[in-house]
Parts: sequence; structure tokens; C-alpha cells
Amino acid sequence: MISDKLDKIIKNFGTYIAAIKEEKGERTILVKPEAHKELLRFLRYDEEMSYDMLIDLCGVDYLGENPRFEVVYLLRSMRDGDRLRVKVRLNGEDEIETVSDLWRAADWLERETYDMFGIRFRNHPDLRRILLSDDFSGHPLRKDFPAEGFDFDKPFEVKLEEEI
Amino acid sequence: METTFMTINMGPQHPATHGVLRLLLELDGETIVKATPHIGYLHRGVEKLGETRTYHQALVFTDRLDYTNGLSNNLAYCLAIEKLADIEIPKRAQYIRVILCELQRIAAHLLWLGTHALDLGAMTVLFYAFREREKVLDIIEYITGARLTPSFMRIGGVARDVDSEFVKKVKEFVNEFPKRIDEYETLLTENIIWKKRTVGIGVISKEEAISYGVTGPVLRASGVYYDVRKAHPYSSYEDFDFFVPLGKNGDVYDRYLVRMQELRQSNRIISQAIEGIPEGPFKANAPQVVLPEKDDVQTDIAALIRQFKIAQGGFRPEKAEVYASVEAPKGELGFYIVSDGSEKPFRFRIRPPSFLNLSALPRMIEGQMVADVIATIGSIDIVLGEIDR
Repeated sequence: MISDKLDKIIKNFGTYIAAIKEEKGERTILVKPEAHKELLRFLRYDEEMSYDMLIDLCGVDYLGENPRFEVVYLLRSMRDGDRLRVKVRLNGEDEIETVSDLWRAADWLERETYDMFGIRFRNHPDLRRILLSDDFSGHPLRKDFPAEGFDFDKPFEVKLEEEI
Repeated sequence: METTFMTINMGPQHPATHGVLRLLLELDGETIVKATPHIGYLHRGVEKLGETRTYHQALVFTDRLDYTNGLSNNLAYCLAIEKLADIEIPKRAQYIRVILCELQRIAAHLLWLGTHALDLGAMTVLFYAFREREKVLDIIEYITGARLTPSFMRIGGVARDVDSEFVKKVKEFVNEFPKRIDEYETLLTENIIWKKRTVGIGVISKEEAISYGVTGPVLRASGVYYDVRKAHPYSSYEDFDFFVPLGKNGDVYDRYLVRMQELRQSNRIISQAIEGIPEGPFKANAPQVVLPEKDDVQTDIAALIRQFKIAQGGFRPEKAEVYASVEAPKGELGFYIVSDGSEKPFRFRIRPPSFLNLSALPRMIEGQMVADVIATIGSIDIVLGEIDR
């Protein structure tokens, strides 16, 4: 049953699928960015697939590799009870089509991914920062963002009013 | 006649928002037209911090996510790393984990019950619920040494073995607790004021709940059968006989009923686990990955060296990616770990249940009264430590 699904995905999207792997009991599909929205739409709405819950969506930063960013979707079918991970490597630019019209859950998850990685989701209804403040600069989960500030262990300098 | 909407701020310092949640409410009289949650006040960068520590060191961050639920958070993280490192957990450790997680679920649900009822004006329930919560926390403190942030699970098992005193305490509690749930229910379940405040409030339909990624009691109150303990069993949950309570209407009252039933089911699981707890080791036999026992560390120089080597230097799992999740009191708590073969996680992603449950809040409260916002927030049972990470 589960492998039937995989066959059907391959039949429909064969040329756009970069890799399929199964390790530690988890199935992952790596899809090319040009077809990622169509594949996810197919997984969401097709009778046989019915992956109706988006459990998680997150970014991964492979600094130094090209393309650099990866977006990971973890889907679950409520009817069949199986999980499927779909990954997509972004093409050059840090932009990808939103899936918030397919799953409402993607709304906040994409906002978080934008906040943390600076990946912009095209046609997202409200792409703002969600966890950090609007005036924050940089995207902290990028690998080139330092985990500690350069002066984090220095004492904070206190000046009296007269000295300023 | 011309009318304008009024915009008011609820929170972030509001006792009924259960933490630093800020809601921007647009009101037409007393009716909510639009609600915009603002979160992030408690952001500590746990996902970034996790990438800078070895696998054993990163464990302590997990307690601080949903701070009412330290043990389940520990377990979710440990399950992910154990999957990554291919470690088989002994049955005794699995049973200890189940007992502790279910005790923690009872404590978390009792905190929810007390504060939720308090928000809606039923102050007595708080004292009843905290009476039992105190007993649960005493048991947890007895075995883990901490009430709030136990950090008791270890990759490969648990930190120490349980003794007969622990078993006695748990048995006492389990025998007494169903009577206590009856007490709470006499206060609320058929209470006319309680029902007026909760029935038909904050409704979310089955399809919408799934689309919003809502999990846990909120999803089950909408009538969707999804419990990670049944759907993707972990830590020997398949050994225990329990059922998953479901609601019908997806309103605040059904969420209340579902959680009350869950208390009874958790109690059942604990009583089965404590009776059937097998003999054997409480840690996996994988010396390259699992920390040595504490008693050995204090007496044996080789164990002491190994402790430092593994905790500070870390171990190197294979290059892989794993997702493991548990049924936390709030919903599905998952860890997605990407390993690049080094001592530290390459990506340390936490899938927090409250984050997605909260994202459905505007949908639940639009068109309702301001007072219903309080009821709905309470019924979702959010913890901002986990939402903001």
C-alpha cells in the first residue's frame, strides 16, 4: 500500500525527483525546485495520497554547498497513518513558492523559516518575522551567524551621567 | 450610523495568556473581528544553541522547552538520538520512561486544569488539582532530584535505576488518583456555569484542525483519532492497554472532557507499567555512546574518563537524518536531527506542538466574545517556552 503510493509518485513526477531514500524507517523524497509545489499539491489532494497533515516544515543551511538551502516538509496521511519527508534544494536564489494555501500550518512554519534562515516564500500572505523582533538584522540559524556575540563575556561598561 | 473597530492589546503581561503571549484584538463592540498573536518574547535560540553542544550536552535544553513537561521532552530528544545511533533500549528503561512520562502528563494536565478553571472563575479547582500535582512532583523529585527540569533521561536509558520506595510511592498514588479525578469532575463536568462558559466556544472542525497541524487533545477533541503513542508506538507503549479518548464538537468543553479522560488513561498506563516493570539493566549496552553509571563514575577511574570523553568530547554518529516524536501532553513533540557525522548536531530542529496549536487560535476565536478568548487560550493549553524556544 505504502509502496503503491511511491510507485505512483514516481510515475507522475519521475523526471523531477532527484532521489528517493529510505533509512531508519523514514522515507525521503528529494524533489527538484521547479516541481516542488506541484508534487506537494499532488500529495495533498490526490485521492490515493491524501497527505492531509503537514507535521513540520523547516530549513537546513548547508553553508559552502551549492545550492545552499534546503527546505524539509514532513507530511502525514491521517487515513493511512504513514509519514513522508519531502526535501527540496533551493535554486540559487533564496526563494521558493509557498505551500500555505495547501496546509494552513505552513503559514507560521514558513514565517519561522523566513525568520531563521531568510528563505523567502513567494505568495505567502503575511511573510513577517515571527519569533524575532521586526528590527532584528540577520537570520540566526544560518551557519555564518555567530552563536555568541563577540563581546558576550566582556563586562558591560557602566558610565555615570557626568562622564558622558 | 458609523461604527469603528477598536484595537486592544491583550498581553504580553496578562495572567490569562499563560505566559508572554500578546494578542492584538480588533473588536466590534465585544465581538472579535480579527486576532493577531505576537510571539517570540521568550525566544532563547534553543535550536541554535543545540548546534553548538555535543549530543549529551544538548539534552538539558529540552527541559526548558515545555517546562511543565521536562521528562517527555527529554524522551523525545533521546529517542531521536537513539534512532540516529542505532541503540537498543532495555525493557526496564523503557518501562521507567513510560511511568515517568505518564506521571509528567498527569502533572501537566493538572496544571492545565487548575489554571484553566481559575481563568474562568472556578477557583476551588486550582487547590484540588495542585494537591495531587504536588504528590506527582514529589515522586518525580524523589527519583530525578528536580521538580521542574529533571533532565533525567539519558541517551541509552535513564540516569539511575528506580527502587522499591519509588514503586511504593507510585502505587499509592495510582490507587488514590481515580477518586481524585472523580472529585474534579463533580466540580466541573455537570456544572451549569462551567458548561455555559465552555460548550460551543472556540470550535474548530476536524478538517481545519488537521490543516492547521493541530495535535494532541485539541485535535482529538475535534474527533480525529491521532495519538503518537498508538500511531507510531515508542518506548513499549504497545505493551499497555489504554484507549484514546475522542471528542465530537471540537469546542472548549470537549477539550476539557478529553483531557479528563486522558488523566484516567495515564493512570491506567502507570498502574500496568509499575506492576509489570521487568528486571534488567536501565541503560543500553553501548559503551561508545552511553554514559557510564553514576556509581561507577565515582569509584572507577576508567568510568570517570569515559564519562568525560563521551560528555565533553562527544560521540560521532553516522551521517543521517532522523525524526522522532512523542505524544507530549500538548501534542506531537518531534525532534528532527540532521547529523553530518561530527560530535554536534548539524541541525537541531524541534517541532513544538503548542506552536501549531496556537496558530489555529485566531480561527477559533474570530466572531466570539472577548471573554471567550480566555476560555479558548486556556483550552489549547499553550506553553510559551516551547512556542518561542
